[in-house]
Amino acid sequence: MKEYRTIRDVAGPLIFVEKTEPVAYGELVIITLPDGTTRRGQVLDSSKDIVVVQSFEGTRGIDKASAVRFTGDVVKLACSKDMLGRILSGSGEPIDGGPKIVPEERREIIGAAINPYARTYPREFIQTGISAIDGMNTLVRGQKLPIFSGSGLPHNDIALQIARQAKVRGTGEEFAVVFAAMGITYEEAHYFMKDFERTGALERAVVFLNLADDPAIERLITPRMALTAAEFLAYEYDYHILVILTDFTNYCEALREISAAREEVPGRRGYPGYMYTDLATNYERAGRIRGRKGTITQFPVLTMPADDITHPIPDLTGYITEGQIVLSRELHAKGIYPPINVLPSLSRLMKEGIGEGLTRDDHPQWNDQMYAAYAEGVDLRGLVAIVGEEALSERDRRFLKFADEFERRWLQQGKYEDRDIEYTLDLGWELLSMLPEAELVKIEKKFIEKYHPAYKKKAAQAEAAEEAA
Amino acid sequence: MEVSTVGKVGEIYRVSGPLVVAEGLKARMYDVCLVEGLMGEVVGLAGDKVLIQVYEDTSGIRPGGKVENTGRPLSVQLGPGLIRSIYDGVQRPLPVMKEISGDFIGRGIEADGIDMKKKWEFKPTVKKGDKVNGGDIIGTVQETEVVEHKILVPPNVSGVITEIYEGSYTPQDTIAVLDNGTELKLYHEWPVRIPRPYKEKLPPEVPLLTGQRIFDTLFPIAKGGTAAIPGGFGTGKTVMQHQLAKWSDSNVIVYVGCGERGNEMTEVLEEFPELIDPRTGKPLMERAILVANTSNMPVAAREASVYTGITIAEYFRDMGYDVAVQADSTSRWAEAMREMSGRLEEMPGEEGYPAYLASRLAEFYERAGRVKTLAGDIGSVSVVGAVSPPGGDFSEPVTVNTLRIVKVFWALDSKLAARRHFPAINWLQSYSLYAETLADWFKDNVAPDWSELRTWMMTVLQEEANLMEIVMLVGKDALPDQQRVLLEVARYIREVYLSQYAYHPVDTYCSVQKMYDLMKAIKELEETFYKALEAGKTIDEIENVPGREDFARAKFEEDYKKYLDDAVQKIKANLLGGGE
Repeated sequence: MKEYRTIRDVAGPLIFVEKTEPVAYGELVIITLPDGTTRRGQVLDSSKDIVVVQSFEGTRGIDKASAVRFTGDVVKLACSKDMLGRILSGSGEPIDGGPKIVPEERREIIGAAINPYARTYPREFIQTGISAIDGMNTLVRGQKLPIFSGSGLPHNDIALQIARQAKVRGTGEEFAVVFAAMGITYEEAHYFMKDFERTGALERAVVFLNLADDPAIERLITPRMALTAAEFLAYEYDYHILVILTDFTNYCEALREISAAREEVPGRRGYPGYMYTDLATNYERAGRIRGRKGTITQFPVLTMPADDITHPIPDLTGYITEGQIVLSRELHAKGIYPPINVLPSLSRLMKEGIGEGLTRDDHPQWNDQMYAAYAEGVDLRGLVAIVGEEALSERDRRFLKFADEFERRWLQQGKYEDRDIEYTLDLGWELLSMLPEAELVKIEKKFIEKYHPAYKKKAAQAEAAEEAA
Repeated sequence: MEVSTVGKVGEIYRVSGPLVVAEGLKARMYDVCLVEGLMGEVVGLAGDKVLIQVYEDTSGIRPGGKVENTGRPLSVQLGPGLIRSIYDGVQRPLPVMKEISGDFIGRGIEADGIDMKKKWEFKPTVKKGDKVNGGDIIGTVQETEVVEHKILVPPNVSGVITEIYEGSYTPQDTIAVLDNGTELKLYHEWPVRIPRPYKEKLPPEVPLLTGQRIFDTLFPIAKGGTAAIPGGFGTGKTVMQHQLAKWSDSNVIVYVGCGERGNEMTEVLEEFPELIDPRTGKPLMERAILVANTSNMPVAAREASVYTGITIAEYFRDMGYDVAVQADSTSRWAEAMREMSGRLEEMPGEEGYPAYLASRLAEFYERAGRVKTLAGDIGSVSVVGAVSPPGGDFSEPVTVNTLRIVKVFWALDSKLAARRHFPAINWLQSYSLYAETLADWFKDNVAPDWSELRTWMMTVLQEEANLMEIVMLVGKDALPDQQRVLLEVARYIREVYLSQYAYHPVDTYCSVQKMYDLMKAIKELEETFYKALEAGKTIDEIENVPGREDFARAKFEEDYKKYLDDAVQKIKANLLGGGE
């Protein structure tokens, strides 16, 4: 392997090297600074005249005398089962003071696309213990469901609660967690680590940390490192993996930085035109494969700049992921945790994961009814602001009350409160019983008779009477 | 550079993602090249350099590597074996790719578009001495239970048949010989970027029935027509596309999953073989072809995938079939164009899209149409393109340029989706330019008053929208009773008629007869309500009349007619007294 000292330009995170032997696109590059320290990078553009290298660890200190070595290899992650319980840097090096990971396999971090023909459709209900998710935006194994948050909202708490509580009922199978931090603060990362350690989750977790003060460009490989680790554990060792990736907004900023440095034609708001494809190559690495036991479920977190859901980052994400959990600043201000606004939230794979034999027979219709009733209540709040509550009919007032109780009793729960799906559904029925029965048009009579508290009470009384007799 | 090296083989000069620049290569625009074994297409010539877009990941490719020009444009193989296939963007069957490279898509895989080993029973329909021209049918192969595959003379070939063989043949075997020595096989190839020829275009006068009430009644599409479904994420674009693929009354369906989710393609793959076509009684897969280029598969192949899809559709059209193409999503296709354009360092138009975006979209949709084929039959290709506007904003370049071309606009509305009103098609914003030309068909084939009912429904919905503005300010109670009845009728139209459950076994598909019956029934309710009002009933009694739930549920029943009539009678009895 030859070393070159032919750096022509350095611009932002990019290094332009001249007069090289043919260098492969995507090749891993090691840059040695005059003081002996090394940086890693990747070839972005290779021609006979000039090679463009993006340095993952920034270009600070790089001068024209620095040596550039092309390794002839693409970026790989040293994979081993021993990754579990370890904390790695954003580029996959151990940073927990432990020993080096002896690789069983070195995998390319640019994962090949799963052949759609090899996939199986995700159907297994994951109980997260959070009512707003289990009841109305149900997560299934192999899904990618992001949290659309805003700055200052408790998305980290929700991600952690899911990591702690997620389980597929009746299987006893636990999830292993792959956690990738992209550009989050030390404090946030510490919060995660402390919780992992305290609950013992760390033993079943692989952590990749790229913090806010780490080089921004490293963020571009951090999720790929994490997903490579997830694929290795899922497909080689049959683990069910929950991948938490936070925060994709920082990832996209890094993408924009590289794009700007390359003087590319920008798409919307300066983000590169290929951001959709780039995000998809991360998000699509979730799912189930026919004939393989392990699965990958993704939980990416992103903060919507200025809470704007039409911003390119949440927008493109929403087009790729299978739904979204949207957090609301208004609910948060009301002191409600988790502040999940169920109205714009959605789980696209829910319909196949709920119902008889999966969760409970009444679940699909119950969900439609809860949704419709809450939406109507929220609408009425708008009307109340104009005409006052007195102008409302008795019926409307009940819906208004329903919306309040929905938030206060059903949505609201503790950070350590692990509700099972029956509890979530029954609590919902209790709220629905506040409405006139004729209004429950989305639920078939047989379910109303089976689960409506009034009928249950009647049935219990009848039973008691029978026993007494 | 030495002249001798200039020719079919050249050398890589530069690699930048999917763009490879070669030198020392003689090439024409859109020639297919093999870059170190990876398939690519020439997209530009610059001085002595050739610009190639490569359909696969180029990691590991380096300058100095070999580039070979096949001298042929990007083509698809057209013959028996297409139906039930699932392809990537350049017609490589995904099951074959799985056999070769496992669960993950490998690189440099070569695979035939159709199985060249499989034997088909060929029945000639012409005989020795017959003169045949391009596009003529020389025989048939029963490809699936539903589709009879007609074997066509390639469009650019003609002559007199000197030999023709009946029997069991593979696509590669010669089944006929012409006097000029041309050997005809069960398949031929056709370049995807060139529309297949036909005799003449015919006006679109026959509706493509979709089984979806809001489409067929309010905003119908014609066979050979074009439609766009734009909508933000979560508004149900894909569900609508699936519904159209499942229930539209076409002979062949080509579903192009262009840059969308992997799991969605899996859903189609798992569901279609199990769903039964209401017209043929056979699984839907028996007439479907899927092109799947998911968002994480190489971007250049995504650009090619829509052309692959429409060329296959045109081929079946040339057999005299009605073909529907569902492209989900054309925005991803446009983005693929944008990405390649950016790499080519072209001057960008709006939002970074290439300046030729509008013309490419127009060219694509123009390949739709109802035509007289070269063989003299009538066939059609209808195209429905999903559009994914960023932020749900319909003023972005892809939506705007698509709407300039297509004749039907099905506007998805995130507000309706948020209310879980599905299909979330905004009835005030959408339009169909075919509505008038198709009115005659509905008049002749369904009911003479179909158009009047349709107009009545649109009027009620429009008036409801006007009244709702007032309601938002002063509340419903302030409206006179007459208007409240109108709101009530509009509610029935929205909740009973327009809202349709894609996942309900019965409601997922609605025949035109059932549509007509439902419309009629709602119209009857309107008359009943006004009569009741005159007879002194209060508006509360009308709004809460017993029987309204039965009415709403009737559409979910297999023999809806009985339930519908019962419900109408019950409502009438309650409002107007028994026995009328």
